[in-house]
Amino acid sequence: MSNVIPADRKREREMTAILATDCGSTTTKAILIEKVGEEYRQTFRGESPTTVEAPFDDVTRGVLNAIQEVEELSGRKILDGEKILTPAEEGRGVDIYVSTSSAGGGLQMMVAGVVTAMTAESAQRCALGAGAIVMDVLASNDGRAAHEKIERIRVLRPDMILLSGGTDGGTISHVVELAEYIRAADPKPRLGGSFKLPVIFAGNINARGQIREILGERTALVITDNLRPILERENLGPARHTIHDLFLEHVMAQAPGYGKLMGWTGAPIMPTPAAVGFIMERAASAQGLNLIGVDIGGATTDVFSVVDGQFTRTVSANLGMSYSVSNVLAEAGLEKIDRWLVEPLAEQQMRNRIKNKMIRPTTIPQTQADLALEQAIAREALRLAFDQHKALAVSLKGVQRERTIADAFEQDDGGKSLIDLYRIDLIIGSGGILSHAPRRVQAMIMMIDAYQPLGLTQLAVDSIFMMPHLGVLSQVNERAATEVFLKDCLVPLGSCLAAEGRGKRGDPCFAYTMQYADGRQVQGAIRFGEILRLDLPVGTEVGLRAEPSKGFDLGAGKGKPVVLKAKGGVVGLILDARGRPLYLAEDEAERVAGLRAWAQAVDLYPEQNERQDVQGS
Amino acid sequence: MAHSYTPGLRMAPQTVVRKRRILPIPGQVLVHAGQEVTATTVIAQTALPGKVQAVNVVNLLGIAPQEIRRYMLRREGDAIQAGDPLAENRPVIKWLKTQVPSPITGTIETISEVTGQVFLREPPKPLVLTAYLDGHVAETFPDQGATIETACSLVQGIFGIGGEAVGTIAIAADPEAELTPDRITDAHRGTILVGGSLIGRDGFAKAKQVGVAAVVVGGIHDLDLKLLLGRDLGVAITGTEQVGFTLIITEGFGRIAMARRTFDLLVSKVGQRASCSGATQIRAGVIRPEVIIPLSERSTFNVQRSTEDMAAVVSGLQIGDQIRIIREPYFGWLCRVSALPTDLRLLATGSKVRVLEAELDDGRQVVIPRANVELLEA
Repeated sequence: MSNVIPADRKREREMTAILATDCGSTTTKAILIEKVGEEYRQTFRGESPTTVEAPFDDVTRGVLNAIQEVEELSGRKILDGEKILTPAEEGRGVDIYVSTSSAGGGLQMMVAGVVTAMTAESAQRCALGAGAIVMDVLASNDGRAAHEKIERIRVLRPDMILLSGGTDGGTISHVVELAEYIRAADPKPRLGGSFKLPVIFAGNINARGQIREILGERTALVITDNLRPILERENLGPARHTIHDLFLEHVMAQAPGYGKLMGWTGAPIMPTPAAVGFIMERAASAQGLNLIGVDIGGATTDVFSVVDGQFTRTVSANLGMSYSVSNVLAEAGLEKIDRWLVEPLAEQQMRNRIKNKMIRPTTIPQTQADLALEQAIAREALRLAFDQHKALAVSLKGVQRERTIADAFEQDDGGKSLIDLYRIDLIIGSGGILSHAPRRVQAMIMMIDAYQPLGLTQLAVDSIFMMPHLGVLSQVNERAATEVFLKDCLVPLGSCLAAEGRGKRGDPCFAYTMQYADGRQVQGAIRFGEILRLDLPVGTEVGLRAEPSKGFDLGAGKGKPVVLKAKGGVVGLILDARGRPLYLAEDEAERVAGLRAWAQAVDLYPEQNERQDVQGS
Repeated sequence: MAHSYTPGLRMAPQTVVRKRRILPIPGQVLVHAGQEVTATTVIAQTALPGKVQAVNVVNLLGIAPQEIRRYMLRREGDAIQAGDPLAENRPVIKWLKTQVPSPITGTIETISEVTGQVFLREPPKPLVLTAYLDGHVAETFPDQGATIETACSLVQGIFGIGGEAVGTIAIAADPEAELTPDRITDAHRGTILVGGSLIGRDGFAKAKQVGVAAVVVGGIHDLDLKLLLGRDLGVAITGTEQVGFTLIITEGFGRIAMARRTFDLLVSKVGQRASCSGATQIRAGVIRPEVIIPLSERSTFNVQRSTEDMAAVVSGLQIGDQIRIIREPYFGWLCRVSALPTDLRLLATGSKVRVLEAELDDGRQVVIPRANVELLEA
């Protein structure tokens, strides 16, 4: 019997208990949300290894295990054998069950467009916004010969292809050429080898007839609105929805156990990154903020930004903390990881440890040195993923814009990154290395070190990685999702005030005055090379006046004072005078001394009283 | 019913392995159900479509796409040799004639009147699929392949490189010793060579030179792996590397003695024919490298036993289980579970996690996060 409650019955009674799961690459996480008094709160959480592979080959095993843990912790009976009990009653059952998934590697797509920097890039943004990993971007002008393109399509086994190109009414030959390459390659889908590969055509409407003729028989072709109907405008929504629908129908339905899981949920299963992006977009819109979000997982790092209402998502499919951890080493290089370590490791030792984490991804650090290594790697993964994000979060290229006289002297052809760090109000971190950091200050400092925010920026973490759950829940109960997001999901870490510029160690960087609501005033000064942590609890806000020395900028220009309101958090207020760009000494002894001083200043690590883990020695 | 699940590598003295051997595209299946096969028996074959080349005829001739068929000298489906003319124009002055030669030998697949391109396909490449195991055909799948079944001993490794190999089991070193070049001799040609806590770059070179089919060892240094592959391995998805032999490591990266149970099982199979594969995939759809040694006396094999090691997987950790620690600071240590406390414990990192207590061989007790152990299955 289905576990789904019909939508009209849902509206009849307000929900009192909601169950949500996220099936990740490594772990399946379940959360219980309950109505406590008049508000919704996340009350219990369980997790279990994801079971898409042998011996179970059925994702629902891991889901049931995670739900069972929630049952044990909450005392609420949710399962009757393998059936989720609905509706919610006193001490048993739930009103709805929803889920997200990135298991099985998530949604892997190939996109194709006519011009790399225009329609191909729009297609890439569309696919990423739908929660996909983009395996390759083909374009007519990408420099590859025809046979290389065809071979590439053949070799990659995407879950689906998004084909775009040509503004409406323009020429059709280039996009038809791409369709001919796809037909010639005759690509097979990754899952369910005997099924037709889904191809979405979201290009020039004049080409639809030809596209149908070329691809209609060989592929599961779906035609939707042009995602770049005119150069000045992207229209990504229809294609994103189509991707999502096809994801459920073609990808999820083939992955082990998902057919069953789809029958259990009360709302369509969303790809995890799409759900995370959804809740971030909602939060940014509700609070009127520019924000950056990051979800650093085992295999991939997703970066989201909402700047002036424009949402961008990138997936660094090659950067993560377990499956892809060795790629971080390969891309960043040993030195970039080593520079963050107070106790440097020999190359052989570091490489072996990283590879052992790659082949045994579910292990956790037991010693402080091992934790420090993981957090050093995380800094590099976050930094590299952000670099990739900044390159894609750009204004539309190929667009004629109205110009003022001033603009005319700063000619650019579009494509400038939208990410101006001075304008970012909030950074949200998610993923095990951030959400489960033993001390919240570690998560805050990892993000500050990686992103190097400028001026005043708030930071927060997803407390136990529930953003995917809230993203999919907001589709059916926005109130519950938003309340839990604000009250239970986000842990406000505090604020960071950072000065742009560099100087000589010890030189004055900026002076500050904190004005509390009760009239208290705290004054001080910070020197270049230093970092300070000041107490500013959750729920408090202070007036903050800061005067930078000549050569340093806090957002109003070099040497110009700023007057701001800084919000508190579990860590407090960080004053960062370590330089932007962040300065790490080349000399190892000097750098290590600096790292130790910073760690001490913010209370980064516990005292070195190692637990006696081995007894009888 | 929901089950607890603790991952672990398989090490089974007696089990049944079934391998689905499937062609990447439809072809011919050459065996029938019940047929006895060896590891090298070809069980299916097909032809992989040749690569496609596109020739922009209209650009080369300076004509419009819709005119292309008027200038083509061949039609769709025609075979063509490299250099043969595909199309030509017909200028008034004959010596200004331009011909477009075919860049490849193959077949004309498509002529496009929209883009003006001609798509040529190279001849198909034959592909054969072997049984991989000495065993019998359990079932066939028309046009696709077959399931090969064998009663065997199975050893899984943690990581490997290289594809499938067949050879006889030979032992070259004790579990704690390094597999140095002097331990690898010409007598080891074609063998699946077992032994040691480590093989280094000199050992690789000797193994390749001698012609060893596969090396099974406790550990390797990542730096040496990088040298062997010629690149830094980014993700653990392997199986197509061509380094001269298949490499399987059983314990991890670094110098780690091969687990005594694994070593003893392989020692007991010296001289016996085995199949192995270095293919590894840690992401969804986990694949572990393996050594499969068919049993010589199948008739006495108790099929029931093969279901027991499945039960060990599904039941989770229990007191008395033998486990290996798979993370610093006790990486590689073997011990026995002595307690499974339910409360969370504080680690040196400051994290509170679920732990277990375990006893080492010398009687010492350790406290380990449950995530950092591997069940040694039997």
